[in-house]
Amino acid sequence: MIPAQFDYVRPTTVDEAVQALRDGGDDAKLLAGGQSLLPVLRLRMADPSLIIDLGGIPELKGVREEGNEVVVGAMTSHYDVTRDDTLRQHVALIGEATKTVADPQVRHRGTLGGALAHADPAGDLAAPALALDAQFVIAGSGGTRTVAAADFFEDYFTTAIGEGELLTEIRFPKYTGWGARYEKFNRVAQAWSIVAVAATVKVDGGKITDARIGLTNMAGTPVRARGVESALVGQSASEDTVRQAAQAAAEGTSPTADADAGSDYREHLARVLTGRAVLAAAG
Amino acid sequence: MTTTENTPTQEIGRDRRRKEDRRLITGRTRWTDNQALTGLLHISIVRSPFAHADIKGIDTSAAKQVPGVVAVYSAADLGADQVQLPCAWPITKDMKAPQRPALAGSRVNFAGEGVAVVVARSAAIAKDAAELVEVDYSELEPVLDMEEALKDGATLVHPEIGTNANAQWVFDSGEAGSGGSVAEALKKAESDDDQIIVRRRFRQQRLVPVFMEPRSTVVDPNAEQLTMWSSTQVPHILKTMLALTLGLPEHKIRVIAPDVGGGFGGKIAVAPEEVVTLLVAQKTGKPVKWTETRSESLLTAHHGRDQVQELAMSVTKDGRITGLDVRLIADMGAYLGLVGPGVPILGAFMFNAIYKIPAYRFDCTNVFTTKTLTDAYRGAGRPEATFGIERLMDEAALELGMEPLEFREKNWIKHEEFPFTTVSTLTYDTGNYEAATAQAKQMFDYDGLRREQQERRRRGDVKQLGIGISTFTEMCGLAPSRVLGSLDYGAGGWETASIRMQPTGKAEVVVGVSPHGQGHETAFSQIVADQLGVPFEDVEILHGDTQSSYKGLDTYGSRSLAVGGIAVVKAAEKVVEKAKPIAAHMLEASEGDLEFSGGKFTVKGTDKGVGIQDIALAVFAAHDYPEGIEPDIDAHATFDPENFSFPHGTHLCAVEVDTETGFVEMYKYVCVDDVGNVINPLIVEGQVHGGLAQGIAQALYEEAAYDDQGTLLSGTLVDYTLPSAADLISFDTANTTTASTTNPLGVKGVGEAGTIASTPAVVNSVLDAIRHLGVKDIDMPTTPYRVWTAIQNASGHAGRADEANVASPGAGLGSTARDMPEGGNL
Ligand SMILES: Cc1cc2nc3c(=O)[nH]c(=O)nc-3n(C[C@H](O)[C@H](O)[C@H](O)COP(=O)(O)OP(=O)(O)OC[C@H]3O[C@@H](n4cnc5c(N)ncnc54)[C@H](O)[C@@H]3O)c2cc1C
Repeated sequence: MIPAQFDYVRPTTVDEAVQALRDGGDDAKLLAGGQSLLPVLRLRMADPSLIIDLGGIPELKGVREEGNEVVVGAMTSHYDVTRDDTLRQHVALIGEATKTVADPQVRHRGTLGGALAHADPAGDLAAPALALDAQFVIAGSGGTRTVAAADFFEDYFTTAIGEGELLTEIRFPKYTGWGARYEKFNRVAQAWSIVAVAATVKVDGGKITDARIGLTNMAGTPVRARGVESALVGQSASEDTVRQAAQAAAEGTSPTADADAGSDYREHLARVLTGRAVLAAAG
Repeated sequence: MTTTENTPTQEIGRDRRRKEDRRLITGRTRWTDNQALTGLLHISIVRSPFAHADIKGIDTSAAKQVPGVVAVYSAADLGADQVQLPCAWPITKDMKAPQRPALAGSRVNFAGEGVAVVVARSAAIAKDAAELVEVDYSELEPVLDMEEALKDGATLVHPEIGTNANAQWVFDSGEAGSGGSVAEALKKAESDDDQIIVRRRFRQQRLVPVFMEPRSTVVDPNAEQLTMWSSTQVPHILKTMLALTLGLPEHKIRVIAPDVGGGFGGKIAVAPEEVVTLLVAQKTGKPVKWTETRSESLLTAHHGRDQVQELAMSVTKDGRITGLDVRLIADMGAYLGLVGPGVPILGAFMFNAIYKIPAYRFDCTNVFTTKTLTDAYRGAGRPEATFGIERLMDEAALELGMEPLEFREKNWIKHEEFPFTTVSTLTYDTGNYEAATAQAKQMFDYDGLRREQQERRRRGDVKQLGIGISTFTEMCGLAPSRVLGSLDYGAGGWETASIRMQPTGKAEVVVGVSPHGQGHETAFSQIVADQLGVPFEDVEILHGDTQSSYKGLDTYGSRSLAVGGIAVVKAAEKVVEKAKPIAAHMLEASEGDLEFSGGKFTVKGTDKGVGIQDIALAVFAAHDYPEGIEPDIDAHATFDPENFSFPHGTHLCAVEVDTETGFVEMYKYVCVDDVGNVINPLIVEGQVHGGLAQGIAQALYEEAAYDDQGTLLSGTLVDYTLPSAADLISFDTANTTTASTTNPLGVKGVGEAGTIASTPAVVNSVLDAIRHLGVKDIDMPTTPYRVWTAIQNASGHAGRADEANVASPGAGLGSTARDMPEGGNL
């Protein structure tokens, strides 16, 4: 399919990108990996007059350690996220989730920043980011600001990134030594989640001492399963206790209903998958 | 076999890699959309968003203003509303066939129907301008449910024909004399304590034949002949039908199907877009191209399946079938396609399958609805029938308390009973159901898996194991022309081949079948290499261009080898026959003393000989050849089969069902197919693998669903769930061989077998895994949600059932747009 006509610029610095956004006004659109934007353009669900390609900005790419944090540039591809040793060591959950995204072609093009900015409730990276208490660094004409994950996801396809702003990096606290599991449920391998559960837990002497759990596609935004988290802490990582704790997984969610799943089924899946994810993460 | 230096190795039976794959896989070929003619114009078709509506007016003025737009035409501007697209299969004398225009003039009858066309200098401009065409619609009631559509007072899709019923087609073995009366058999069973009657209702969902290459057509009106390139399975039929439909002289039309990227029946058509492209080319006097988008393809290329099946089987308590009653309703969609009404009728011959059924009745009513039309899709009528009977066999075995394989064995035709004339009047030439089943059971470890199933049940495992069976046969190799005539089909079923021997000894083989991914070039080259005794590399297969391949009936119905391949054999025999007197002349021997083998004529008992390739050069030079014959060894042959071919096989499927989530995972799949003699085992295996994937996909994944307004919900490949290799398992395939006696190669068709056989095996296995939980049936596709809901309902926990008929709006989007607030990120 053919998108409507647009102008195209390719800045080489964040400042230039911000300037281009200001020049383009509300009819400009940022292009990261294009794996969500291009289908939208081709189906003519959007027809921006200006496309600002972030692919030429080196400072937006790559993973680095900064003290107690691991910082990922917004333009780091899914593929690079899955291959990064620093992330694997300190923030294992994000790589686990990223591995389940689509297929190798999409993972080579799509980016962490693009996926998070797109904020598709069925997308796989928002729930891990929420569970991990990531910080989002956003640049605009007034400089940069940092938004916590809990405040970043506002609604379906809607984030705290304002007009004229762009996401530059995502900062994850370190979870060194934590177990991680992304339990994704879909009908075929290369598809978005019907429901998924992102779990990372710290286990000490057979007991769960800390837990973070995020749910994908259980509302317009990712949802933190805090009831389950607190129920797990101090418990042994056994099948019975974990499954018991997982019963609270659907609390506070408001899942949608579609041909693949009714809302009651999604709630049920959230409970089942939470149990499985925590057990695998603890195992 | 012992080979000497002069006898090349036998080609038939070699698992040669396909010679066409290099150009296909590396993108070196030219598809229709690659045709770039000087001055080419592009069209975009404006399509109705409504399923059923009157067209009140069309305003093209804004579209015409777009720079680069050459013209915007309504249906009337082109006469496209007056066209009657052909249906070649009037199944009954009183069949109702509404006019099917190339573009709708006054009323649209399905969402996606074309109403106008924009012609522009680029495809992008055409698309931009198409969005500016304003069509004023007045909406009518859609007609969506095929059973409701048949009731009195139902809204009519085509008021002018006075009914939504297209035709009713009935076969009754009592009347045909091929068996008893089912009405009597069922009546008797009702009052017989030693019989039961098993009644079931099954749904065949609507599918889309998602071929890889979207459809595309280019028409050049400028040459002496009007030339059409099209991504079609049927260039010859298309040419003749264009002549008949548009009143064009047939010898002034040339149709070319270049390499075509798949069809699965979906490109057996005279598509409205092909006609529109032609009309625009004629009107503008310029070459014109149409290439569809994937969404356009899903929405408007014909769909397949879509039946309601009401089945009743009477059977004695010791497991002998006494009667089978089949009542079908088949959704034709808004119009009749090229062979659409005949598709469900092909099932009439296949419901009795491999079983000896003494009384049989088949009654099918075709219905119009305001949906995309249905027509042939891989298997065409036979998968539907095979699903019905193989599901019913499991259900009957269950009610009888018999092992499902034993119940089948009790009723199937024994190998010593062939040839066997069935209750639906076909004569199966050969087969051995015992052999295929025994081998499949052994490969599958049937008894071992049954034990494992019992253990998992006893332990109450979360993942339960299910085993499904399908012992199928099918009729293919379409088809004996006389049989087609008796079914009121519009054409014959013969096929042609010509062999042109080049001066350098190479063979150009021109075939009438039209490959679109199957590997004909390789298989036919192997046949010719053996027949003429020339190297495989010296054979070239030409196809798909009506100028070189001037006569043929194209590719569908697993006919290419069993019919087209035999024409190749016959043509090769004629080449040898024509070469013989010339060889005798060159060897100064009498014809009677010559024998032909390994590409060479030799004088019996001597080492004197001459090769066929040398003879080709000799007749080219023509300096010295016997008097009274022509200096030419080229030959042409037409083959009309006397019977279908009847591949069969036993498919065994094991799945794991996650009883907590409803997820179905393939565990083991074994199929032993009997496709007669095999020309190329690698190609056969490829056909089986692809067929299995599509059949399994019907069971587990695919469905073309409409909402209550008649809008197609699965308008992108995000919503139309296709499996990939990651979702399937490694299949264990094998062959038993009973050579077909209906053709000299002993071959049977294989193109559709996997698709026909696998669907019921999978659904039977899913049900077998969870029947002990009280689940009785699940509609296809058996999605996790449906499986989970069925388990819930069986255990008395009814769900909230708020399944919503919403589709995500498009590719690359995980969620639905309706959820998005104003100002969302789209
Ligand atoms: C076939 C297919 C399957 C897929 N399957 C999955 C899946 O299973 N799970 C999953 O999670 N995702 C899936 N995706 C989506 C994929 O993860 C995308 O890569 C991702 O959603 C968007 O990332 P992108 O880099 O391609 O962003 P783009 O498509 O370029 O951009 C997406 C949106 O974010 C905006 N944006 C991009 N970068 C920034 C920035 N730095 N600051 C502000 N706004 C920005 C863009 O303007 C646009 O609106 C799939 C995509 C495809 C094509």
